Amino acid sequence: MGLFNFGHKTFRHGIHPPEHKSETNGLPIRQFAFAPLLVLPVSQHIGAPSKIIVREGQEVMRGQLLAEAGGYVSVPLHAPVSGRVRKIANVPTAKGEMSLGIYLEAFPASGQEVLESDGLDWETATPEDILQGIQNAGIVGLGGAAFPTHVKLKVPEGKQCEVLLLNGIECEPYLTTDHRVMLEQAEDIFMGIRYLLKATGAPRAIIGIEANKKDAAEHLSRNIPEGLPVTVEVVPVKYPQGSEKMLITSVMGREVPSGGLPIDVGAVVVNVATTAEIGRLLPHGRGIQERVVTITGPGVKKKGNYLIPVGTPLRFVLEEVGVADNLSEVYLGGPMMGMAVSNLDISITKGTSGILAFTDNEVRRADKVYPCIKCGACVDACPISLNPSQMGILAKFEAYDEMAADHNLMDCFECGSCSYVCPSNIPLVQYFRMSKGVVRKRAAAKKEAANV
Amino acid sequence: MFKQTLHISTSPHLKLGVSTDDIMRNVVWAMLPASAFAVYAFGLSVFLLLVTSVVAAILTEHLLCRWSGKESTVNDWSAAITGLLLGLTLPPAFPLWMAFVGSVIAIALGKFAFGGLGYNTFNPALVGRAVLQAAFPAAITTWHPAFLEGRFTDIASSTLALPFMEPTYDAVSGATPLSAFKFDGVAADSADLALGLVSGSAGETCALLIVLGGIYLIARNMMNWRIPVSILLTVYVLSGIMHWVDAEAYPSPVFMLFSGGLMLGAVFMATDMVASPLTAKGVVVYGVLIGLLVVVIRLWGGLPEGVMYAILLANAVSPHIDSALQNRVYGTNKKAKAV
Repeated sequence: MGLFNFGHKTFRHGIHPPEHKSETNGLPIRQFAFAPLLVLPVSQHIGAPSKIIVREGQEVMRGQLLAEAGGYVSVPLHAPVSGRVRKIANVPTAKGEMSLGIYLEAFPASGQEVLESDGLDWETATPEDILQGIQNAGIVGLGGAAFPTHVKLKVPEGKQCEVLLLNGIECEPYLTTDHRVMLEQAEDIFMGIRYLLKATGAPRAIIGIEANKKDAAEHLSRNIPEGLPVTVEVVPVKYPQGSEKMLITSVMGREVPSGGLPIDVGAVVVNVATTAEIGRLLPHGRGIQERVVTITGPGVKKKGNYLIPVGTPLRFVLEEVGVADNLSEVYLGGPMMGMAVSNLDISITKGTSGILAFTDNEVRRADKVYPCIKCGACVDACPISLNPSQMGILAKFEAYDEMAADHNLMDCFECGSCSYVCPSNIPLVQYFRMSKGVVRKRAAAKKEAANV
Repeated sequence: MFKQTLHISTSPHLKLGVSTDDIMRNVVWAMLPASAFAVYAFGLSVFLLLVTSVVAAILTEHLLCRWSGKESTVNDWSAAITGLLLGLTLPPAFPLWMAFVGSVIAIALGKFAFGGLGYNTFNPALVGRAVLQAAFPAAITTWHPAFLEGRFTDIASSTLALPFMEPTYDAVSGATPLSAFKFDGVAADSADLALGLVSGSAGETCALLIVLGGIYLIARNMMNWRIPVSILLTVYVLSGIMHWVDAEAYPSPVFMLFSGGLMLGAVFMATDMVASPLTAKGVVVYGVLIGLLVVVIRLWGGLPEGVMYAILLANAVSPHIDSALQNRVYGTNKKAKAV
């Protein structure tokens, strides 16, 4: 409702789900136990899978390269612990399908860390060096998208990065990883910003933070190093502000063109935890081995923010923190866009920002679906001003091409606000996800037919 | 540990938790104060009138669903709204059999023929009322005085008129404030209007209780506040201008707001979600259009009241308002095409 937002920068529409952040936002990041066996899929990021360079039975040291980047849009994978490669085989993944990966048996006492490359000094390194260094460190977007960061940072020929935007919004309910990282790793964030400013050529950086993390905003503002062109911008709490497009609109007042990228309006957006990781790893030439994960939800006993080695199986994690007996659903990521998992043998990957466990008491099942009553709640919720009500009707008639051509279906980034508000319980975002898949498939088929 | 099977579902895993039947049920709650006042003001006759129209609406919906092999949809409470709303718009001593016919038509023609809940082009209750107005012009303009002695024990003789028989009226009160003004040039007292101490349709007289119901729904985010606000503002401003131009010929804006069915229409009828536009801009245009039509019909038309026709007309153009006033899609200069 625009009525109450005069004077505050924000994007149009959006929703206010209950935040549930107070349960974990006061808990400092703690090191998690090492699992006896890690499960490491080689495809933990968007893009080509990493190429395995170790063999079964081989002993590896912590930090050693297990797999190298499988192309430009790809990153390498480092050993999170010292141990032995027990098996190279298909491993279960969150998506439900099996994909190639490594079973790594951890040694009880972890050995010396192996450094994969020389450290990079931000002052002397060239932008190309930094991009290469970021790729070498295996860094992907830790906010959940897991897109290789060096690809995103590459400013295309003829474009200019005016602002480096650090995303500390964390608008998903329950999640507090970025919040804790901002409170505890300010130095790493600022070091990361030095690298990022140089890599993108941006003259300044803005850290965007929602008003429910004022302590983090104050902490960062107070600690900005002398001469570093960084400002902190606090924006009103509203979901899905953490989306790149919404953040750019809230902070810079610009709109990313449909089908375009942030750089089209002079911005590059990087998550704060990713930035901290860059600031911590690059000076030493290390690779990413662990990440901060919020483990919370009504079904979790020892809620908290934990530093967990990549590859730690979900089952191990839940056993360590303890879960309720009537566990019903487990989500990876936040409750709005996260994925429900059916198999606890999958593992924490670089993109896992949260683990949420809900019990039978909270999960509502089989809500009755009513016809659309044209109440307009979804229209008033959609952050990109689509008309979910009409698109939902079109999806029912399988008019996917029309949805894409006339209703900007492909601009939908599946934030789920429409489904959240729908009183008729119509699974709108699910319709759109599926419709987008069909449109993409048809486009690919058309392209193929044209090439043959 | 973990003996239980995990369920999977698609995101979002959180829901606002207000469902369509919640909304409909709350609309019924919101109409209860005005309904209770109607019974208090007009007695047993109105009680029977409201019960008849609600029962007829629910029964019709249930039977139509059964006959067409669908699951009955009476549990979504929307039929109850239609029935109650229709009853509230009828004269207090309206023959029950006519009300019954009106409810059947409202549901069958106004709602079911279009495809049921979510598909009606017009507010079903108003479709029912429009048919009644055409079929029984005398009965629907014969008013009954409020606060009669013995209203809780005696039933008006017209109420119990036999089907297809000419009803007999025992106490014809003459005029509602609107017709008194239109035909005799007498304006009722504003306080009497707001408090409902006048004659009129069963549920339209106490403006304050209607507003109260509206505020309840708006506070619960179950009604689009832009619709009543834009209707009432338009009526106020337009009739204010006319009153300022010629205070003799045109009634005061306060009289316009609180007389007749405007409050009931603006709060409970024009806000039918299905028959009103989707976008914020769209509903404002829709509201202004209703306000404009009400003023035009009341001041220059042949009828004393125009709320029903104003809303029905606006319902009809609502899809066109929608297609003209879609929101601009983020990152584009274009508006989504309406179906």
